[in-house]
Amino acid sequence: MSGSHEEELARLRAQNAALQRECDRLNSRFGAPAEQGPLQAAAGGGAVASDGEATAVASPASWDGLGHGLTKDQIARYSRQIVLHSFGVQAQSRLCLGSVLIIGAGGLGSPAALYLAAAGVGRLGLLDRDEVELSNIHRQVIHTEASVGVHKAVSAARACRALNSSIQVETHLEALTPANAVQLVRQYDVILDASDNAPTRYLISDACCAAGRPLVSGAAIGTDGQLTVYCHGDDGPCYRCLFPEAPAAGNCARCVDAGVLGVVPGIIGTLQALEAVKLLSGVGEPLSRRLLVADLAAGRFHAVKLRAKSPACVACGSAPAITAASLPQYDYTAFTGQAAANDAAPLPLQLIPWEERITPAELQQRLASEPGAVLVDVRPAEQYNICHLPGAVHAPYKHFSRHLDAIQERLAAAAGVSLPPPAAAAGQQGQQDGGGTEQQDGTAPPPPPLYVVCRRGNDSQRAVAALRAAGISHGVDVMGGMEGWAREVDQGFPTY
Amino acid sequence: MRLVLEFSGGMELLFGNQKTVEADIPVSKGQQLTLAAAMAWARDNLLTERPELFMKGSSVRPGVLVLLNDTDWELCGELEAEVAEGDRVTFISTLHGG
Repeated sequence: MSGSHEEELARLRAQNAALQRECDRLNSRFGAPAEQGPLQAAAGGGAVASDGEATAVASPASWDGLGHGLTKDQIARYSRQIVLHSFGVQAQSRLCLGSVLIIGAGGLGSPAALYLAAAGVGRLGLLDRDEVELSNIHRQVIHTEASVGVHKAVSAARACRALNSSIQVETHLEALTPANAVQLVRQYDVILDASDNAPTRYLISDACCAAGRPLVSGAAIGTDGQLTVYCHGDDGPCYRCLFPEAPAAGNCARCVDAGVLGVVPGIIGTLQALEAVKLLSGVGEPLSRRLLVADLAAGRFHAVKLRAKSPACVACGSAPAITAASLPQYDYTAFTGQAAANDAAPLPLQLIPWEERITPAELQQRLASEPGAVLVDVRPAEQYNICHLPGAVHAPYKHFSRHLDAIQERLAAAAGVSLPPPAAAAGQQGQQDGGGTEQQDGTAPPPPPLYVVCRRGNDSQRAVAALRAAGISHGVDVMGGMEGWAREVDQGFPTY
Repeated sequence: MRLVLEFSGGMELLFGNQKTVEADIPVSKGQQLTLAAAMAWARDNLLTERPELFMKGSSVRPGVLVLLNDTDWELCGELEAEVAEGDRVTFISTLHGG
């Protein structure tokens, strides 16, 4: 029990510190005396606390607002939602005293941060470890061309401050880790999961359970979105209640590979901001125990009913194994079978022998000297259609076995015009033209050289192995794939 | 028994990119159809690729939410839940992107 007291104490301390900072800021702006208590200063001239006497003394306040604590400036700025019947001045006041941590300043976090800053959430935390890339900003609209290369949290904070200079914006430039998660989450009232990978989603959910914070979870990919509120109220489930077992790493599509229509996370992130506003203000029905499923290609929103929290849940059940004390030791990489990688490229793998791999520069030389060479491009159609090398055979790795016949046919056709390949040792150059005359009668000519390329050089190795399994054993992988080609050989080749 | 099967969050990619299928599942007279049986039928008759992304053992793979008439199957009896004529069974793959 003492744990929850400590948490409450820590939360109140954080709130108090935030109010004190707000007080100092207002004092410095309006030149008010520093000895005034923090709440009085934030309450717009002390009209609330002084029972009418304030008007008789030097205080500038000449009005009373029934304890909402908003300043004249705040009332003017937020007036459209203050006059809203279902919202009102008390709800706005709770918003202005509240705090939200947005984990991920990407496609979801961008609109969420802007709307929460605009709505007057008193303290906004922005956490992201990445820097802005040009390929981010079709959906991460809080960033600008000028912020490419800038830390995302810094870039997002800049935009939030430009939108609303009266709120506090805090940046966290480090990754969320088991070591820092609970302590970070505790500093805020509501948490937004705007992350982009499964291990981080489990970590955020567990930290919210341990710290007792409601979690607004949004996700988007392609033209689909999902939204729900976890860890809320008496019966709201957490992420683990729904998905006690992590999905296999291969089942987690990522924006960098699967693509995402920019406006889709925009919509889900905007809805996350709405849920955070509802939770902080106490207005409306939070989306707890409901999952909003958005099929935005079809233009359909659909809310479905979810289970209650599970008493057996290891994170939020009656005897949780994952607590504030034990969470820092939890191995999320092992649990989900994947690192908390994000939009970044997957690690380059070494799956086949080095002898079966060449560099893009070597590929260029060989294609120039081997007119009969066959190049197989195993990327998905969406990527192949952006750009590929002339004459490349398209055989997407996803359905590779369906394309084996086409590869065989191409090899057979190429054999007619083929020069014999260089000697078996890869990389050896200088085979003479017309070497075919050296063939001894009765020996089959060696097959035309066969090169396999993908985006970065992982799937192409798998494809070389698959070719070998299918009896085509002379495939050669191109290390670094088309991205390597764009780096080493042709800088005009588009990357994506 | 006629059911409406729905696939979302990427599950539709395993079912020939169909998001909604009106299925007619054979049931012996006097027998009930369970969610487990409906799921196995979908795997055997509708699935076009990579069954391991749909099921693990006799249940769904981790990361897939199953709904019966828009309600989490955990509230209806999971695999043993009985489905009725016209019911809607939904398979949603959880998303992680952002």
